[in-house]
Amino acid sequence: MPSNTANTDPRFGEDRMLTETVVLTRLDKAIGWARKYSIFPYPFATACCAMEYMSLSMSPYDIDRFGALLPRFSPRQADLLMVIGTVNHKLAPVLKRVYEQMAEPKWVMAFGACAASGGFYDNYATVQGIDTLIPVDVYVPGCPPRPEMVIDGLLKLQQKVAKEKWSDWPRGEAPVTQNQNLKIKI
Amino acid sequence: MDSVTLKKLKEKFSDSIVDTHSFRGDETATVKKEKIVDICKFLRDDNELLYNFMMDITAVDYYGREPRFEVVYHLYSLKYNRRVRIKVPVPESDCTVDSIISVWIGADWFEREAYDLYGIIFKGHPNLKRILLYEGFEGHPLRKDYPVKGRQPLIGPKN
Repeated sequence: MPSNTANTDPRFGEDRMLTETVVLTRLDKAIGWARKYSIFPYPFATACCAMEYMSLSMSPYDIDRFGALLPRFSPRQADLLMVIGTVNHKLAPVLKRVYEQMAEPKWVMAFGACAASGGFYDNYATVQGIDTLIPVDVYVPGCPPRPEMVIDGLLKLQQKVAKEKWSDWPRGEAPVTQNQNLKIKI
Repeated sequence: MDSVTLKKLKEKFSDSIVDTHSFRGDETATVKKEKIVDICKFLRDDNELLYNFMMDITAVDYYGREPRFEVVYHLYSLKYNRRVRIKVPVPESDCTVDSIISVWIGADWFEREAYDLYGIIFKGHPNLKRILLYEGFEGHPLRKDYPVKGRQPLIGPKN
């Protein structure tokens, strides 16, 4: 059986050329499709979760299957900021600076319990979730999360990226979670 | 039974030794803070002691006791394979102790750490500022009266 039935279907006639060479779609949809399979991550690795990131990027789990392997160690070339590990108050300005250096469109993954919520480090030194500093697109819980969970988070991010519209960018002022009630007078 | 270290310390600084303690070869001397530099120099230079390795300086907060703080020095003699612990009680009203940088240069960062987390001032330290926490942090978090749920405001990027 011929692979392209349009070639032999007499109903198409002169339109045969058109069906073989032209695809009709919306531009934002096409760009979203291209973006979701070419996410360059920036691994902001601070703690033990980084070991899980290594496992994730090696061949047994191989996030290159989803187009997200190539780590760019310059934030200016990266699309996805993966915050992998505990962020303390002293590091907070660095994380914020790295986020601001990334070119739009940019996304953020909170990798592991510490990045998502502070984890069990409920103390004077640790930021209680990076969403008090920068906007977060996808949270991956776990201490550390299994690579399967990170892949699940990545696929969720891809769905989100594919649905984005022109009007979503630039994002402008970051919507950051307010955490005022955590401040207790010393 | 006192070993050579405690015996020599008691002979030389009889009026400065508050208490000594020895348990299974683990020796401790509690001394007055005015004499700490002299005692350290003696422990380092005496030919039968030669404590040439300053291993650790830390502090303890005995909240509710007077004197409230204690600075603890751990010393090691590479030559004789001996260790000794020197404790210095520090009251909260006069929260200072003389720096021993002139004796062991390695005391630098340990003293900064104790200052950072306990707020003990080391007099004579050339660069006594926070080492682990950041400039602008209020209070000293390892003090027992620091609130458990105490949070500091986040600091932004420095330009």
